[in-house]
Amino acid sequence: MERVAIEKKVLSENDRLAAALRERFTDHGTLVLNLISSPGSGKTSLLERTLAALPGDLTAGVLTGDIQTDNDARRLARYGFPVQQITTAGACHLDARMIHRALAAWPEARFDILFIENVGNLVCPTSYDLGEECKVVILSVTEGEDKPLKYPGAFFKSRLMILNKTDLLPYVPFDIEEARANAKRINPEIEIIETSCARGLGLETWLAWLRIRREAARRRSDGPNGDFDLHGLLAST
Amino acid sequence: MHEMGIASSVLDAVRIESARFPGARAKRVGLRIGEWAGVDIESLRFCLEALAARTDLSDLGIEIDYCERKNRCPACEFEFAVRDYEIACPHCGSGDTSAVSGTELDIAYVELED
Repeated sequence: MERVAIEKKVLSENDRLAAALRERFTDHGTLVLNLISSPGSGKTSLLERTLAALPGDLTAGVLTGDIQTDNDARRLARYGFPVQQITTAGACHLDARMIHRALAAWPEARFDILFIENVGNLVCPTSYDLGEECKVVILSVTEGEDKPLKYPGAFFKSRLMILNKTDLLPYVPFDIEEARANAKRINPEIEIIETSCARGLGLETWLAWLRIRREAARRRSDGPNGDFDLHGLLAST
Repeated sequence: MHEMGIASSVLDAVRIESARFPGARAKRVGLRIGEWAGVDIESLRFCLEALAARTDLSDLGIEIDYCERKNRCPACEFEFAVRDYEIACPHCGSGDTSAVSGTELDIAYVELED
């Protein structure tokens, strides 16, 4: 019997496709965000608010994943940006191949921002790289402040947590400081923005975050000389 | 939930690897799965067995090395298992430690027989 060391990622084929996507996005200066949450936390509502308020000088595209129905694509198409529904027919997450296939329908597209709304699920989507710049996890106040501890992967791998439905705080036993502390315990680097998509609260902070990240992506595509001063940009926002 | 897809990727990799050694048969595969990989090991084992049954890999042995979440302290170089998300260094108390294992989802090796 001979043992052959392989030492490769189980999802190396997905990772290979994701790397090709990332190269293309970097080349185009496209900011790509992979939105992850439980079903019903407000991913689609956040995107609706975002598309409605997106400054006119930014172009965006949306890929939205669900197991069935094109309800989300129809909701999002009203805002005048290209939207595609990816129905996974059972799969609990999006993978890089699905993104490749979807983007083949937009061969000429060079978006400033591409939003990928993953299937509602806090577990499986965290394992699949989609070539994104970063993952954004959305947690709503009706879910319980211990979700980061119960589903650490999603919070560990996200750069930003959006705490949504803050308008419901007076009606639910949700300790927002505890939720923030729990997320920081899993990922000390995670940034946090509070929003209420129903009431339109906190969206200006989210839009500023998007603009800063988009600017960083654009400068990276200009090459290594495009030195990026995040603090300067933050101060000017 | 996605263990079936992961199992299928593992078996694909085993077949690709064995094909590099004509005449050899894969007898065992070794995996490393991290505590935070989001994979249920029993479910993965079940999926691997179900997918391999009545195929060329029906007698494939499966060895899974479970990797607990560990952090390392850059100040004193101490490495420790993270329990209850407590990431402060138990040796020197520094809170500035970083993860060194726990998210593995790797194929470590395949054992082949002529």
